[in-house]
Amino acid sequence: MKDLITSPLFGILLSLLAFNLGCLIYNRTKLPIFNPLFISTTLIIIFLLTFNINFEDYNKGGSIISFFLGPATVVLAVPLYKKLSLLKENAVSIITAITLGSTLGMISVLLLSKLFSLKSELMYSLVPKSVTVPIGVEISKQLNGIPSVTVVAIIITGIIGAIFAPAFCKVLRIKDKVAIGIAIGTSSHALGTTKALELGETEGAMSSLSIGVAGLITVFLAPIIVKIFNLFF
Amino acid sequence: MKYLKQLSIILGIYFLGLVIEKFFSLPIPGNVIGMILLFLALCSGVIKIHMIEEVSDFFLSHLAFFFVPAGVALITCMNVLKGSVLKLLAIIFITTVIVLASTGLTIQIMKPKGGK
Repeated sequence: MKDLITSPLFGILLSLLAFNLGCLIYNRTKLPIFNPLFISTTLIIIFLLTFNINFEDYNKGGSIISFFLGPATVVLAVPLYKKLSLLKENAVSIITAITLGSTLGMISVLLLSKLFSLKSELMYSLVPKSVTVPIGVEISKQLNGIPSVTVVAIIITGIIGAIFAPAFCKVLRIKDKVAIGIAIGTSSHALGTTKALELGETEGAMSSLSIGVAGLITVFLAPIIVKIFNLFF
Repeated sequence: MKYLKQLSIILGIYFLGLVIEKFFSLPIPGNVIGMILLFLALCSGVIKIHMIEEVSDFFLSHLAFFFVPAGVALITCMNVLKGSVLKLLAIIFITTVIVLASTGLTIQIMKPKGGK
Protein backbone atom coordinates (compact mmCIF):
# COMPACT_ATOMS: atom_id res chain seq x y z
CA MET A 1 0.00 0.00 0.00
CA LYS A 2 2.77 2.38 1.01
CA ASP A 3 4.60 1.91 -2.35
CA LEU A 4 1.48 2.99 -4.20
CA ILE A 5 1.43 6.30 -2.37
CA THR A 6 5.14 6.97 -2.61
CA SER A 7 5.13 6.39 -6.37
CA PRO A 8 5.09 9.65 -8.40
CA LEU A 9 1.98 8.31 -10.12
CA PHE A 10 -0.05 8.96 -6.97
CA GLY A 11 0.68 12.69 -6.75
CA ILE A 12 0.25 13.24 -10.48
CA LEU A 13 -3.03 11.35 -10.67
CA LEU A 14 -4.44 13.01 -7.55
CA SER A 15 -3.54 16.46 -8.95
CA LEU A 16 -5.11 15.68 -12.34
CA LEU A 17 -8.32 14.33 -10.83
CA ALA A 18 -8.69 17.24 -8.42
CA PHE A 19 -7.99 19.80 -11.12
CA ASN A 20 -10.47 18.23 -13.53
CA LEU A 21 -13.08 18.26 -10.81
CA GLY A 22 -12.23 21.92 -10.12
CA CYS A 23 -12.69 22.79 -13.80
CA LEU A 24 -16.00 20.96 -13.87
CA ILE A 25 -17.32 22.91 -10.86
CA TYR A 26 -16.05 26.22 -12.27
CA ASN A 27 -17.58 25.63 -15.71
CA ARG A 28 -20.93 24.74 -14.18
CA THR A 29 -21.05 27.80 -11.91
CA LYS A 30 -18.80 30.35 -13.68
CA LEU A 31 -18.21 31.96 -10.28
CA PRO A 32 -14.69 33.40 -9.76
CA ILE A 33 -14.70 32.10 -6.18
CA PHE A 34 -14.78 28.55 -7.60
CA ASN A 35 -11.44 29.03 -9.31
CA PRO A 36 -10.23 25.56 -10.42
CA LEU A 37 -6.77 26.00 -8.90
CA PHE A 38 -8.30 27.13 -5.61
CA ILE A 39 -10.75 24.21 -5.50
CA SER A 40 -8.25 21.53 -6.50
CA THR A 41 -5.66 22.75 -3.99
CA THR A 42 -8.24 22.73 -1.20
CA LEU A 43 -9.52 19.26 -2.15
CA ILE A 44 -6.02 17.77 -2.20
CA ILE A 45 -5.13 19.32 1.16
CA ILE A 46 -8.32 17.89 2.68
CA PHE A 47 -7.56 14.51 1.09
CA LEU A 48 -3.99 14.39 2.41
CA LEU A 49 -5.08 15.43 5.91
CA THR A 50 -7.98 12.95 6.00
CA PHE A 51 -5.89 9.96 4.95
CA ASN A 52 -2.84 11.12 6.89
CA ILE A 53 -0.57 11.19 3.83
CA ASN A 54 2.72 13.11 4.02
CA PHE A 55 3.19 16.09 1.74
CA GLU A 56 6.59 14.61 0.80
CA ASP A 57 4.87 11.50 -0.56
CA TYR A 58 2.39 13.55 -2.57
CA ASN A 59 5.18 15.78 -3.81
CA LYS A 60 7.07 12.87 -5.44
CA GLY A 61 4.57 13.31 -8.25
CA GLY A 62 3.90 16.96 -7.44
CA SER A 63 7.48 18.02 -8.06
CA ILE A 64 7.27 16.56 -11.57
CA ILE A 65 4.30 18.83 -12.27
CA SER A 66 6.04 21.81 -10.66
CA PHE A 67 9.02 21.34 -12.96
CA PHE A 68 6.91 22.52 -15.89
CA LEU A 69 6.43 25.94 -14.25
CA GLY A 70 9.86 26.85 -15.63
CA PRO A 71 9.06 26.45 -19.33
CA ALA A 72 5.53 27.77 -18.69
CA THR A 73 7.05 31.08 -17.55
CA VAL A 74 9.39 31.21 -20.53
CA VAL A 75 6.48 31.00 -22.98
CA LEU A 76 4.74 33.98 -21.33
CA ALA A 77 6.89 35.84 -23.85
CA VAL A 78 4.56 34.64 -26.62
CA PRO A 79 1.40 36.60 -25.67
CA LEU A 80 3.60 39.59 -24.83
CA TYR A 81 5.12 39.41 -28.32
CA LYS A 82 1.69 39.10 -29.94
CA LYS A 83 0.53 42.25 -28.11
CA LEU A 84 3.65 44.23 -28.99
CA SER A 85 1.87 46.68 -31.30
CA LEU A 86 -0.65 47.56 -28.58
CA LEU A 87 2.18 48.25 -26.17
CA LYS A 88 4.04 50.44 -28.64
CA GLU A 89 1.01 52.68 -29.22
CA ASN A 90 0.76 53.72 -25.57
CA ALA A 91 4.20 52.71 -24.34
CA VAL A 92 5.04 55.71 -22.13
CA SER A 93 1.77 55.94 -20.23
CA ILE A 94 1.45 52.15 -19.88
CA ILE A 95 4.94 51.63 -18.52
CA THR A 96 4.71 54.64 -16.19
CA ALA A 97 1.35 53.50 -14.85
CA ILE A 98 2.39 49.87 -14.32
CA THR A 99 5.64 50.90 -12.64
CA LEU A 100 3.83 53.32 -10.34
CA GLY A 101 1.00 50.87 -9.58
CA SER A 102 3.34 47.95 -8.85
CA THR A 103 5.61 50.10 -6.68
CA LEU A 104 2.73 51.49 -4.63
CA GLY A 105 1.35 47.97 -4.31
CA MET A 106 4.59 46.61 -2.88
CA ILE A 107 5.13 49.57 -0.55
CA SER A 108 1.57 49.30 0.77
CA VAL A 109 2.04 45.56 1.37
CA LEU A 110 5.19 46.26 3.41
CA LEU A 111 3.67 49.15 5.37
CA LEU A 112 0.43 47.32 6.18
CA SER A 113 2.36 44.20 7.18
CA LYS A 114 4.41 46.26 9.65
CA LEU A 115 1.23 47.94 10.89
CA PHE A 116 -0.41 44.54 11.49
CA SER A 117 2.92 43.22 12.85
CA LEU A 118 2.89 40.31 10.41
CA LYS A 119 5.73 37.76 10.55
CA SER A 120 8.46 38.83 8.15
CA GLU A 121 8.39 35.65 6.04
CA LEU A 122 4.67 36.23 5.47
CA MET A 123 5.30 39.87 4.61
CA TYR A 124 7.84 38.92 1.95
CA SER A 125 5.49 36.27 0.61
CA LEU A 126 2.89 38.96 -0.06
CA VAL A 127 5.18 41.39 -1.91
CA PRO A 128 4.74 39.77 -5.36
CA LYS A 129 1.03 39.00 -4.89
CA SER A 130 -0.19 41.03 -7.89
CA VAL A 131 1.97 39.32 -10.54
CA THR A 132 1.44 36.07 -12.36
CA VAL A 133 2.20 32.93 -10.30
CA PRO A 134 5.39 31.66 -12.03
CA ILE A 135 7.09 35.03 -11.64
CA GLY A 136 5.63 35.66 -8.18
CA VAL A 137 6.93 32.35 -6.85
CA GLU A 138 10.47 33.13 -7.97
CA ILE A 139 10.36 36.62 -6.44
CA SER A 140 9.05 35.10 -3.21
CA LYS A 141 11.96 32.61 -3.08
CA GLN A 142 14.50 35.35 -3.62
CA LEU A 143 13.01 37.54 -0.88
CA ASN A 144 13.02 34.52 1.50
CA GLY A 145 9.24 34.38 1.49
CA ILE A 146 7.19 31.16 1.51
CA PRO A 147 6.37 30.27 -2.12
CA SER A 148 3.18 28.36 -1.29
CA VAL A 149 1.81 31.32 0.71
CA THR A 150 2.61 33.49 -2.31
CA VAL A 151 0.71 31.13 -4.62
CA VAL A 152 -2.40 31.32 -2.45
CA ALA A 153 -2.07 35.10 -1.99
CA ILE A 154 -1.82 35.51 -5.77
CA ILE A 155 -4.91 33.38 -6.38
CA ILE A 156 -6.91 35.32 -3.78
CA THR A 157 -5.73 38.61 -5.31
CA GLY A 158 -6.88 37.38 -8.72
CA ILE A 159 -10.27 36.34 -7.40
CA ILE A 160 -10.74 39.75 -5.74
CA GLY A 161 -9.84 41.42 -9.04
CA ALA A 162 -12.17 39.22 -11.04
CA ILE A 163 -15.08 39.89 -8.70
CA PHE A 164 -14.63 43.54 -7.70
CA ALA A 165 -12.54 45.24 -10.40
CA PRO A 166 -15.43 46.52 -12.57
CA ALA A 167 -17.22 47.99 -9.52
CA PHE A 168 -14.05 49.67 -8.23
CA CYS A 169 -13.33 51.14 -11.66
CA LYS A 170 -16.80 52.67 -11.64
CA VAL A 171 -16.42 54.13 -8.14
CA LEU A 172 -12.96 55.52 -8.98
CA ARG A 173 -14.28 56.90 -12.28
CA ILE A 174 -11.81 54.94 -14.37
CA LYS A 175 -13.72 54.95 -17.66
CA ASP A 176 -11.04 54.76 -20.33
CA LYS A 177 -10.92 51.22 -21.79
CA VAL A 178 -7.13 51.12 -21.93
CA ALA A 179 -6.93 52.33 -18.32
CA ILE A 180 -9.43 49.70 -17.14
CA GLY A 181 -7.56 46.89 -18.90
CA ILE A 182 -4.12 47.90 -17.64
CA ALA A 183 -5.44 48.45 -14.10
CA ILE A 184 -7.02 45.00 -13.99
CA GLY A 185 -4.02 43.17 -15.48
CA THR A 186 -1.54 44.93 -13.20
CA SER A 187 -3.52 44.41 -10.01
CA SER A 188 -4.87 40.92 -10.61
CA HIS A 189 -2.91 39.17 -13.41
CA ALA A 190 -4.51 36.37 -15.48
CA LEU A 191 -7.45 35.78 -13.19
CA GLY A 192 -8.50 39.41 -13.34
CA THR A 193 -7.89 39.30 -17.08
CA THR A 194 -10.69 36.75 -17.47
CA LYS A 195 -13.02 39.51 -16.24
CA ALA A 196 -11.38 42.14 -18.45
CA LEU A 197 -11.99 39.90 -21.48
CA GLU A 198 -15.69 39.86 -20.60
CA LEU A 199 -15.74 43.68 -20.45
CA GLY A 200 -14.45 44.02 -24.00
CA GLU A 201 -11.70 43.31 -26.51
CA THR A 202 -9.56 46.38 -25.72
CA GLU A 203 -9.86 45.80 -21.97
CA GLY A 204 -8.92 42.13 -22.40
CA ALA A 205 -5.92 42.75 -24.66
CA MET A 206 -4.60 45.53 -22.42
CA SER A 207 -5.07 43.41 -19.34
CA SER A 208 -3.21 40.42 -20.76
CA LEU A 209 -0.43 42.69 -21.96
CA SER A 210 -0.02 44.04 -18.40
CA ILE A 211 0.50 40.56 -16.93
CA GLY A 212 3.90 40.22 -18.59
CA VAL A 213 4.94 43.83 -18.22
CA ALA A 214 3.95 44.04 -14.55
CA GLY A 215 5.72 40.73 -13.90
CA LEU A 216 8.98 41.96 -15.40
CA ILE A 217 8.82 45.36 -13.68
CA THR A 218 8.11 43.70 -10.33
CA VAL A 219 11.04 41.28 -10.74
CA PHE A 220 13.39 44.23 -11.09
CA LEU A 221 11.81 46.47 -8.43
CA ALA A 222 10.91 44.02 -5.65
CA PRO A 223 14.45 43.43 -4.29
CA ILE A 224 15.25 47.15 -4.47
CA ILE A 225 12.06 48.24 -2.72
CA VAL A 226 12.46 45.64 0.02
CA LYS A 227 16.07 46.72 0.57
CA ILE A 228 15.12 50.41 0.85
CA PHE A 229 12.21 49.56 3.13
CA ASN A 230 14.47 47.59 5.46
CA LEU A 231 16.76 50.62 5.80
CA PHE A 232 13.91 52.61 7.35
CA PHE A 233 12.05 49.96 9.35
CA MET B 1 8.40 15.20 -33.85
CA LYS B 2 7.04 18.72 -34.25
CA TYR B 3 6.08 18.93 -30.57
CA LEU B 4 9.38 17.50 -29.38
CA LYS B 5 11.24 20.04 -31.49
CA GLN B 6 9.15 22.87 -30.01
CA LEU B 7 9.70 21.55 -26.49
CA SER B 8 13.44 21.35 -27.12
CA ILE B 9 13.56 25.01 -28.17
CA ILE B 10 11.57 26.12 -25.10
CA LEU B 11 13.57 24.00 -22.64
CA GLY B 12 16.81 25.10 -24.33
CA ILE B 13 15.95 28.76 -23.77
CA TYR B 14 14.94 27.99 -20.18
CA PHE B 15 18.30 26.29 -19.60
CA LEU B 16 20.12 29.25 -21.11
CA GLY B 17 18.19 31.52 -18.71
CA LEU B 18 19.33 29.42 -15.75
CA VAL B 19 22.93 29.44 -17.01
CA ILE B 20 22.89 33.24 -17.28
CA GLU B 21 21.36 33.57 -13.79
CA LYS B 22 24.04 31.34 -12.21
CA PHE B 23 26.93 32.70 -14.25
CA PHE B 24 26.28 36.37 -13.46
CA SER B 25 24.58 35.59 -10.11
CA LEU B 26 21.72 37.87 -11.07
CA PRO B 27 18.82 38.66 -8.73
CA ILE B 28 16.41 37.79 -11.56
CA PRO B 29 15.06 34.23 -11.70
CA GLY B 30 16.30 32.04 -14.59
CA ASN B 31 12.80 31.38 -15.91
CA VAL B 32 12.18 35.12 -16.22
CA ILE B 33 15.54 35.57 -17.98
CA GLY B 34 14.37 32.79 -20.31
CA MET B 35 11.17 34.73 -20.92
CA ILE B 36 13.16 37.86 -21.79
CA LEU B 37 15.45 35.83 -24.09
CA LEU B 38 12.48 34.29 -25.90
CA PHE B 39 10.85 37.72 -26.25
CA LEU B 40 14.03 39.16 -27.77
CA ALA B 41 14.43 36.12 -30.04
CA LEU B 42 10.85 36.56 -31.29
CA CYS B 43 11.29 40.32 -31.84
CA SER B 44 14.55 39.86 -33.72
CA GLY B 45 13.17 36.97 -35.78
CA VAL B 46 15.77 34.46 -34.59
CA ILE B 47 12.84 32.32 -33.46
CA LYS B 48 9.61 32.43 -35.46
CA ILE B 49 6.35 32.06 -33.58
CA HIS B 50 5.37 28.91 -35.54
CA MET B 51 8.50 27.17 -34.24
CA ILE B 52 7.07 27.08 -30.70
CA GLU B 53 3.39 27.93 -31.05
CA GLU B 54 1.58 24.64 -30.26
CA VAL B 55 3.65 23.72 -27.21
CA SER B 56 3.47 27.33 -25.94
CA ASP B 57 -0.30 27.31 -26.31
CA PHE B 58 -0.44 24.04 -24.40
CA PHE B 59 1.53 25.53 -21.48
CA LEU B 60 -0.40 28.80 -21.50
CA SER B 61 -3.85 27.26 -21.63
CA HIS B 62 -3.04 24.79 -18.84
CA LEU B 63 -0.93 27.19 -16.78
CA ALA B 64 -3.12 26.94 -13.67
CA PHE B 65 -2.70 23.15 -13.42
CA PHE B 66 1.07 23.38 -12.99
CA PHE B 67 0.55 25.37 -9.78
CA VAL B 68 -1.47 22.74 -7.98
CA PRO B 69 1.48 21.20 -6.05
CA ALA B 70 2.80 24.67 -5.18
CA GLY B 71 -0.58 25.50 -3.67
CA VAL B 72 -0.80 22.17 -1.83
CA ALA B 73 2.57 22.96 -0.22
CA LEU B 74 0.56 25.34 1.96
CA ILE B 75 -0.09 22.26 4.11
CA THR B 76 3.54 22.43 5.27
CA CYS B 77 3.27 25.98 6.59
CA MET B 78 -0.02 25.91 8.51
CA ASN B 79 1.89 26.79 11.71
CA VAL B 80 3.26 30.02 10.28
CA LEU B 81 -0.18 31.02 9.04
CA LYS B 82 -1.96 30.37 12.33
CA GLY B 83 -3.48 33.57 13.66
CA SER B 84 -2.51 35.62 10.62
CA VAL B 85 -5.16 34.59 8.11
CA LEU B 86 -7.47 37.57 8.61
CA LYS B 87 -4.56 40.01 8.55
CA LEU B 88 -3.34 38.45 5.31
CA LEU B 89 -6.76 38.72 3.69
CA ALA B 90 -7.15 42.36 4.77
CA ILE B 91 -3.72 43.29 3.39
CA ILE B 92 -4.38 41.48 0.11
CA PHE B 93 -7.72 43.21 -0.34
CA ILE B 94 -6.54 46.74 0.48
CA THR B 95 -3.37 46.57 -1.59
CA THR B 96 -5.17 45.12 -4.60
CA VAL B 97 -7.46 48.16 -4.61
CA ILE B 98 -4.43 50.47 -4.27
CA VAL B 99 -2.73 48.90 -7.31
CA LEU B 100 -5.94 49.00 -9.36
CA ALA B 101 -6.64 52.65 -8.52
CA SER B 102 -3.10 53.99 -8.96
CA THR B 103 -2.51 52.17 -12.25
CA GLY B 104 -5.87 53.03 -13.81
CA LEU B 105 -5.91 56.66 -12.73
CA THR B 106 -2.32 57.22 -13.95
CA ILE B 107 -3.21 56.04 -17.46
CA GLN B 108 -6.37 58.10 -17.50
CA ILE B 109 -4.52 61.26 -16.41
CA MET B 110 -1.64 60.75 -18.87
CA LYS B 111 -3.85 60.02 -21.87
CA PRO B 112 -5.16 63.02 -23.81
CA LYS B 113 -8.93 63.38 -23.37
CA GLY B 114 -11.10 62.17 -26.24
CA GLY B 115 -8.73 59.36 -27.18
CA LYS B 116 -10.44 56.02 -27.53
